[in-house]
Amino acid sequence: MSLNGSHTLVEARGISKYFGEGDARVDALREVSLKVYPGQVVGLLGPSGSGKTTLLNVFGCIVEPNTGWMSLDGEVVYDEGWLRSDLRRLRLEKIGFIFQFHNLLPFLNCVDNVAIVLSLAGFSTTQAKQRSVELLEYLEVEHRKDAFPAQLSGGEAQRVAIARALANRPRIILADEPTAALDSARAGIVMDLLRKVAIDQNAAILAVTHDEKIYDRFDRIFHLRDGYLDIEQERGVTEMTQD
Amino acid sequence: MNLAFRDIRHNLGRFVLTCFGLSLLLGVVLSMIGIYRGLVEDALTLARSPQADIWVVESDSRGPFAESSRIPGDTREAIARLYGVSAAGAITYQSVETKYGAKKLRLYVVGYELDRLGGPDKIVAGRSIVRSHYEMVADRRSDLSLGDRVPLGRNMFTVVGLTENRVASSGDPVVYLSLRDSQELQFELAPPAARREMARDEGVPGINTVNTVIARVSPNVEPDLVAKAARQWKHLAAMTQMEQEIILTRSVVERARKQIGLFTAILLTVSTVIIALIIYTMTMDKLREIATLKLIGAPDHTIIGLIIQQALAMGTIGFAFGALFISSVKDYFPRRVILQPDDGLALAVAVLLVCILASALGVRLALKVDPGEALKG
Repeated sequence: MSLNGSHTLVEARGISKYFGEGDARVDALREVSLKVYPGQVVGLLGPSGSGKTTLLNVFGCIVEPNTGWMSLDGEVVYDEGWLRSDLRRLRLEKIGFIFQFHNLLPFLNCVDNVAIVLSLAGFSTTQAKQRSVELLEYLEVEHRKDAFPAQLSGGEAQRVAIARALANRPRIILADEPTAALDSARAGIVMDLLRKVAIDQNAAILAVTHDEKIYDRFDRIFHLRDGYLDIEQERGVTEMTQD
Repeated sequence: MNLAFRDIRHNLGRFVLTCFGLSLLLGVVLSMIGIYRGLVEDALTLARSPQADIWVVESDSRGPFAESSRIPGDTREAIARLYGVSAAGAITYQSVETKYGAKKLRLYVVGYELDRLGGPDKIVAGRSIVRSHYEMVADRRSDLSLGDRVPLGRNMFTVVGLTENRVASSGDPVVYLSLRDSQELQFELAPPAARREMARDEGVPGINTVNTVIARVSPNVEPDLVAKAARQWKHLAAMTQMEQEIILTRSVVERARKQIGLFTAILLTVSTVIIALIIYTMTMDKLREIATLKLIGAPDHTIIGLIIQQALAMGTIGFAFGALFISSVKDYFPRRVILQPDDGLALAVAVLLVCILASALGVRLALKVDPGEALKG
C-alpha cells in the first residue's frame, strides 16, 4: 500500500522480539506491523516497558528481531534474519538518530559534531565542514558553531544533534524522547524543526515520546502496550496504514 | 578528522598529567638500563685504562679484581724480559676508607710505578705524580680538589691531579699513588705490630709485593703467546685483556647485572599493566561516546584507531619526557648512569609495543559496546 503513490520508508511486518528464555522470557514486541511514508512525523507512545524503545532499536538496526520482515527506504533489510552484514553502513546511509540527551561528542565542537557523520561517509574535510555550517544555519544555531557541547543550552544542543542527524541526508530519522530535556517552548520549536525537515527532505520521522505537550505535532501516533501495536491515531494528514 | 587528537586536546590537562606520571615510570626504566650500563662500564674502566695486553697475577688466582693476588714486586722485571713485551708495570689495588674534614671518603687506591704502565691515562686538571712520595691523583667523583691534603694510613697526600670517570666496580672513586706509597699503605705493619714481630726475632716483613703486573706487547705479537710464556713460572698466572674483561663482567658484576636486568624487566611489566589500566579507564570514560559513534555508523577501525592512537601518543610523550628527565638528572646519581642511544631506541620501540599490547583490553571493551547504549538515559 502506498500513500499518494510514494513508497514506504519504513515497513514492518509481524516483527516480534523477546528477551530471555523460559520463565524469564519477556516479549518486548509481538507481531508488530506498520508502515511509515515520506514526509510523516510519527509518534510512538506507550507506558514504560511497552516496547517503544525496542521498536526504535529494531528500526535502527541495533536490535535484531526474532521473527518478521522489515524494509527501510525501499530496501528489505530483515527477513527472519539480517540481509546485510554492514548494518553500521546501513545506519550511516539511511538513518539519522536524535537522542534524549543529544549525545553530542564532548570533545568536538558543533561543526565537527555534525561533520563527523560526513567524514565517516567519505566526504572531504572541506565539504564536510561546509555542509555542517549550512545545516547549523538551517537550524539557526550557526552562531554557536565553534562552541563545545558543554557550552550549549539544552535547546542549542538538541538543534546541533538534529543537524548531525540530518548531515547525511537520511530518509529515516529516529528520535528517542527528543524533547524530554526541553521546556514547552523549546520542545515546540524542535518539533516544528523536525516537521520542516520531514517536508524539506521528504523524510520520515519516528519519535518515541512520553511528552504529552507535543502529541498534537504528530501526523500519526502509534500506541504500544505490552509489545502490541494497540491503537493507531491519524491526525488528518495521512490515511491509516496498518495492514 | 582525528578523533584521538581532538579528545586529547579537549582533556589536555588530564592527558598531560597522565603522561607526566608515565614519564616518571619510564624514566625509572631508562635509568635502570643506564645504571646497568654504568655498572659494566665502571667495572671495565679500571681494567681498560692502562691499555694492557697481559695481566700477570698470583698462580691459581683470577685477580686482581675478582680475587686477591700477591706476587713479588720484582716480577715486573721478569715479565718485561719476555719476548714480545714492549712495556710492563707493577700495580697494587686496595680499597681504603678515610676521613676528609667531616666527610667520610671511600677510595680505591691504585699504586703504580711512575713512568711505567698502570698510571692515570688522562689527567683533566693539574699534573701527574712526579715525586715518589705523598702525591696523589684523584678522580673528580671523590669531590677532592687540587691542593687538598688527604690522610691515608699514617701519611698525608696532596692532590696534584684530577681524572674523570675513573671508578672501581664498586663505584668508589679511584686515587693513584706511587707504587712505594701504596705498598706502604697496603703491606707495612703498624709500628706496634712491627715492634712485636721484631721482639719475636721474626724480622719486619718486606713490603715489596704487588697485586699484578701488566704488560703491553709489541705489534704483531700474539698476547696469548706471551701469556703462555708467563704461565711457565709456577708461581704466576697470566691472562689476556679479553680474559680479564670477561672475568669482570661475568664474575665481578654478574649478580648486580642480573639483579638490575630482572628489576628492569619487572618495571617494564609494571609499566605495561599501568598503561593497560590507564587506557582501559580512558576507554571506560568514553563508552557513551563510543556507543554514539557506533550508532551513527562509525566503523570498528575508527574506534580502534581512537584508542590505539591515544595509547601511542601517551607512550611517546611519556617516553620523551622520561628520557629528558633522566638525561637532566643522571649526573646527580651516586653511581654512573650511562644512557646510550641504542638503549633509548630499544626502549622506545618496547614502549610502543607495550602501548599497542596494553590497548588490547581497551579495544576489546570498546568493540563490545552495544550501540544501543547511546539511546539509554
